[in-house]
Amino acid sequence: MSKKNAEYDFKWCPGCGDFGVRRALEFSMVDRLEETGLPMENNVVIAGIGCSGNLVHLLEGPQPYGFHGIHGRSLPIAMGVKMARPELNVVVVAGDGDFLSIGAEHIGPQASRNLNVCAVIMDNGVYGLTKGQSSPTTALGVITSSTPFGKLESEINPLELYLTLGVSFIASGFSSQPRPLASLITQGMEHPGFSIVHVQSPCTAYNDTYESLKGNAKKGIQPALWSIPDEHDPGDRAAAHELLQQGGIPLGVIYQDSDRLSLDQQVEKTWAKAGAKSVQELMGAFEF
Amino acid sequence: MDMRDFVVRFAGEGGQGVVTSAEGLAQVSTQVGYHALTFATFPSQILGGPTWTQVRICVDPVFSPGDDVDVLVAFNQEAYDTHKDEVRENGVVIFNADEFDLQGDPRALGLPVDELARSTGNNRAANMVIIGALAHLVDMPQNYLDEFVTKRFSRGRAGDDEIIRSNIMAIGLGREHMAASGFSLGSLEDPVMPDYAQLMLKGNEALALGALAGGLEFYVGYPISPATTILLYMERNLVGEGKFAYQVSSEIESITALLGAGFAGKKAMTATAGPGFSLMSEGIGLGWIAEIPVVIVDVQRGGPATGLPTKTEQSDLMACMFPAHGDVRIPIIAVGSVEECFYGAIKAFNWSERYQGPVVLMTEMALAERAQNIPKPDLSKVQVQGRQVYQGTNGYRRYAGHELSPMPIPGNPGAYVANGSEHDDMGDTTHLPERHVQMTERRFGKLKLLEEDDYEVDKPEESIVLMTWGGSKGPALEAYNQLKEQGVPVGWRYTMFLNPLPPKLLEELKQKELVIVPELNYQGQFASILRSQGVKAEAITQYTGLPFKVRHLVEEVTRMTESRLKETVGV
Ligand SMILES: Cc1ncc(C[n+]2csc(CCOP(=O)(O)OP(=O)(O)O)c2C)c(N)n1
Ligand code: SF4
Ligand SMILES: [Mg+2]
Repeated sequence: MSKKNAEYDFKWCPGCGDFGVRRALEFSMVDRLEETGLPMENNVVIAGIGCSGNLVHLLEGPQPYGFHGIHGRSLPIAMGVKMARPELNVVVVAGDGDFLSIGAEHIGPQASRNLNVCAVIMDNGVYGLTKGQSSPTTALGVITSSTPFGKLESEINPLELYLTLGVSFIASGFSSQPRPLASLITQGMEHPGFSIVHVQSPCTAYNDTYESLKGNAKKGIQPALWSIPDEHDPGDRAAAHELLQQGGIPLGVIYQDSDRLSLDQQVEKTWAKAGAKSVQELMGAFEF
Repeated sequence: MDMRDFVVRFAGEGGQGVVTSAEGLAQVSTQVGYHALTFATFPSQILGGPTWTQVRICVDPVFSPGDDVDVLVAFNQEAYDTHKDEVRENGVVIFNADEFDLQGDPRALGLPVDELARSTGNNRAANMVIIGALAHLVDMPQNYLDEFVTKRFSRGRAGDDEIIRSNIMAIGLGREHMAASGFSLGSLEDPVMPDYAQLMLKGNEALALGALAGGLEFYVGYPISPATTILLYMERNLVGEGKFAYQVSSEIESITALLGAGFAGKKAMTATAGPGFSLMSEGIGLGWIAEIPVVIVDVQRGGPATGLPTKTEQSDLMACMFPAHGDVRIPIIAVGSVEECFYGAIKAFNWSERYQGPVVLMTEMALAERAQNIPKPDLSKVQVQGRQVYQGTNGYRRYAGHELSPMPIPGNPGAYVANGSEHDDMGDTTHLPERHVQMTERRFGKLKLLEEDDYEVDKPEESIVLMTWGGSKGPALEAYNQLKEQGVPVGWRYTMFLNPLPPKLLEELKQKELVIVPELNYQGQFASILRSQGVKAEAITQYTGLPFKVRHLVEEVTRMTESRLKETVGV
């Protein structure tokens, strides 16, 4: 049940990181509304399947359009919306399982195309909605409901993957910092190309990582999260790569290439070359 | 002897001129008023490989490629060996004497095609030598050919006159050689020049044009035979402001991108064949539950998995009508001729807008690659249905009630969530039983909006009916005309609307003793669907990868009709 809808029957668990991500996205969309004067309906939120994707039903305040599709396919759905109507602001919200496991095949092609959408990925290192199975970001050896003797394969580093695939804007955020996270999402939405804001969004039910992310001085646990220093130049690909070799999880903008045209810009550029013919003219080619 | 039609099969190696000769013959003939249909098969290899194309020339409109070959044009020995048995009694074989030698076949005439072409000063006139020889065989007037060549090569270029001269000379040489051989098939009756404009095009081209006429704005696809030509056509022609045509990286991307575009307000289409269609399964279900208009074209080929990529079959009907889990029944339009490819595509878009959901347009390899002359469509008579757009303010309940409701378009008031999970009236997920009941009934109820009135009918009083579907329409219709002439008591029904069937047609079929359904699959898929709707249907099946022969259908229908009549008398 949500405030706006008595029939809606899904709730996030107390402490779930996704609350903070929702807050951040609301901030970004409202900021955008105030800055551009475009109505909230100019935003379209494409949701993956998972606890994370349910965000699309839980947004408060003025409502954007939403599309809650099928598991793993939020990127190509977003592509359809964006290429149909490039003037819309298209945002993807999905989990680590949705985006990096079943949907992984779609990241590379969208990176090559430089599709102008912003993907906000809620990484909790686990499949939340299906109750705690291992995900691509679950570490080697970890015991989950689907890895009773420990996970057999190594975890991936999503940020390195995005950089390798050529995603043109890569940022890393934390769900407990909605304002800084909102700033990253806003930069991602404003970036003219494919942007991914990868968010550490802990699952209190199956993989509570708050302590390891934030650290605990009393227990001698060092925080995994660290802020990217101001000197880092996101336009420098080698520097971005180096940043990701330093261990832990850097927070901030890791990489941005603003020089590439996005897919819709490429299409617009080639229109000039292609002369559109009417159906009548096209039929003429077959007339005898 | 007067002839009303004749059939030529050109066979050889890819690149030997098989296709250009066949197309040339079809062009000559249609230009002077005959009707022509070409049927091509492709080698599975990229370069070379055995290939053949069959051309049927007819005084009347043609429906099928023809059972018997009157003339075989063999470009090499292998082609002769493969196809010689298909040449009818008293038929003729023309072989390329520059390529190989043939002894001991009294029907065969060797033409030194390349040498004769060279002697005209134009090496590329080889196919005209063959056309000249064929023209003599059926006594086609010389002036037809001269006119054709003059018209074809008058392109306002410096060399036109020379090319016209050499081509006319090549035709003359072919003619002389054939005359000297003494072979003749008879005299093809004079054509009746149609008094309307015509197009000569392939099924996939007609389908692509129809889609554009139906308002297509967004096309994505992934290459796959025999659907690729539609993708290529769109990438060249679906351009300009607000249009998009693009090769994506899989059929999963195709269907989901399509749904995004349909949701965003565009008329969107993709075309694929069996393997790609299977990958779209989950996405098509999403379109059904989220109520998004899109058109999916399935150009059928043969077999499961990779199957027979370059052969024809009608074996995807069940997969197309029930592509997804969880209670779906997708509207199906199955086209049966090149002309129907055009009009069926328009109808598919109209249907998808009318009921707001996915529509599958079924065609098949034998139609996709068949070139045929059709009356030029009159675009002013084409009815195109647009989106029913929500025009109100926010707070709209997109999925309220049991009836279709206008669609809000992103960017405008009426924000909602298009949801692939079961949902309430604003599109939010819910698992309440009463909602699932309402939404399920709503989705199935909308199919009523697609019920059409008209269908083909002949001899309505007969209690035994021949009713095929899709590309088997051609051979079945020819078979029916012969059966009618022979007085076999059987009636005719046909529609391209397979789901939902026109209700009046279904009512009629239910009254019949027997409905005979020729179809190119093992299981008798359409017959089975008809039976599930209370029709006494029995299939005639074939699964060779090739179309039906008319003769086979005449025999089968006669046999089934007789045995049914015997049974009835026995009772
Ligand atoms: C095709 C398909 N396979 C499997 C599922 C079941 N399923 C639903 S959500 C999910 C995993 C969700 O994990 P994640 O994307 O990390 O989201 P989270 O719940 O952790 O936010 C799975 C496997 C499905 N809905 N569809
Ligand atoms: S299971 Fe985990 S991810 Fe899902 S709502 Fe609960 S805490 Fe959040
Ligand atoms: Mg997860």
